[in-house]
Amino acid sequence: MDGVHDMGGMDGFGKVEAEVNEPPFHAPWEGRVLAMQRAMGYAGAWHIDHSRFAQEKLPPATYLTASYYQRWALAMEKNVTERGYATPEELKSGHAQAAGKNLPRKLTPDVVGAGLTRSSFYRQPQGAQKFKPGDRVRTKNIHPATHTRLPRYARDKLGVVEMCHGCHMYPDSVANDQGDNPQWLYTVVFDSRELWGPDADPTLKISIDAFEPYLDPA
Amino acid sequence: MAGHDHDHDHHDHEHGSELSETQLRVRALETVLTEKGYIDPTALDAIIEAYETKIGPRNGSVVIAKAWTDPNFKKALLEDATKAVASMGHMSRVGDHLVAVENTPQRHNMIVCTLCSCYPWEVLGLPPVWYKSAPYRSRAVKDPRGVLNDFGIALPKDTEVRVWDSTAETRFIVLPMRPAGTEGWSEEKLADLVTRDSMIGTGLALNPAEMK
Repeated sequence: MDGVHDMGGMDGFGKVEAEVNEPPFHAPWEGRVLAMQRAMGYAGAWHIDHSRFAQEKLPPATYLTASYYQRWALAMEKNVTERGYATPEELKSGHAQAAGKNLPRKLTPDVVGAGLTRSSFYRQPQGAQKFKPGDRVRTKNIHPATHTRLPRYARDKLGVVEMCHGCHMYPDSVANDQGDNPQWLYTVVFDSRELWGPDADPTLKISIDAFEPYLDPA
Repeated sequence: MAGHDHDHDHHDHEHGSELSETQLRVRALETVLTEKGYIDPTALDAIIEAYETKIGPRNGSVVIAKAWTDPNFKKALLEDATKAVASMGHMSRVGDHLVAVENTPQRHNMIVCTLCSCYPWEVLGLPPVWYKSAPYRSRAVKDPRGVLNDFGIALPKDTEVRVWDSTAETRFIVLPMRPAGTEGWSEEKLADLVTRDSMIGTGLALNPAEMK
């Protein structure tokens, strides 16, 4: 979706301000939010792309003004209620009023080590790899109203395939509950002038990781 | 409370009643998910402890220091970073899809996630707030030299700047250039020169003179 989360190339947000000696969490609740997210992901309640999509669907003003972990918490509430893991009334009252749904597994202290390792996104290919490093490609001009990982600044642009990362589950399908729909994944590199016009810094090159459905031969 | 987003017009106030509202909502969420049997609060404690004490940029620093001293390891790292890092055995395991990109006098690499906050957690720990912020996400792909300037870094004019937007599940780590004057240093001493920002590409490895 063409939301405010898709920030690449926007102006006006100001300087990057780094915090000296930044702690991992700025308040205890931030750690609880992160850990709950990991635990629900491990349990199989939803996929990372569901979390991303839920954040993208927040009202733009909320997205821009909420802190990072506030956004996570709001997205988690959305996924919990919309996917039927709890009701809005339960969240409001702070207590469960009925038993939970069955989930494939549960993150317990003895398996936390394994739960902290990212799972593999590789999937069995559905077809042959269409592009190879060195191929010229043009990204598609698409504007789906749902989740996609093709950023706006890199749509309808000419680039060159630099790497193939194998075949991965396809976020655009996963976020819509349409299954893994595995797709080949490539690093595609663009000249800055292709993205930002003739006045762009000529020493700059930008790459995205693009799923095969985002690409046409060029 | 999802669907009541109009209740949250004041997220710019990260203190006072707004913060306590967030605290209350997060506590309610944890209680409900626990009572439903989905999560175990003691596992949450263990996750938080791991990110506070074990999973940080030192993991990445020792990988970089090894690449600086061992040409075979460097080659393996650039070919398949997941496999190379796993072979070191100092981390439990690294997830698939890690890619290391090498800085040279000709090319400087920088990592960003314009769409959310993708970051190589296992080797760098949790991303800093600035990495997840709108200023960095918006500008890194269009004006990376300006961003570097915010960090006090000025690259030579003819150095190629390559920005990697982490738009899928590939995770990138920058292999910074080894500083001059460090010949014969041990891996452990070298690792002290490898800052988090040097592995994101918003900084350079420290010079021996910059060591505290």
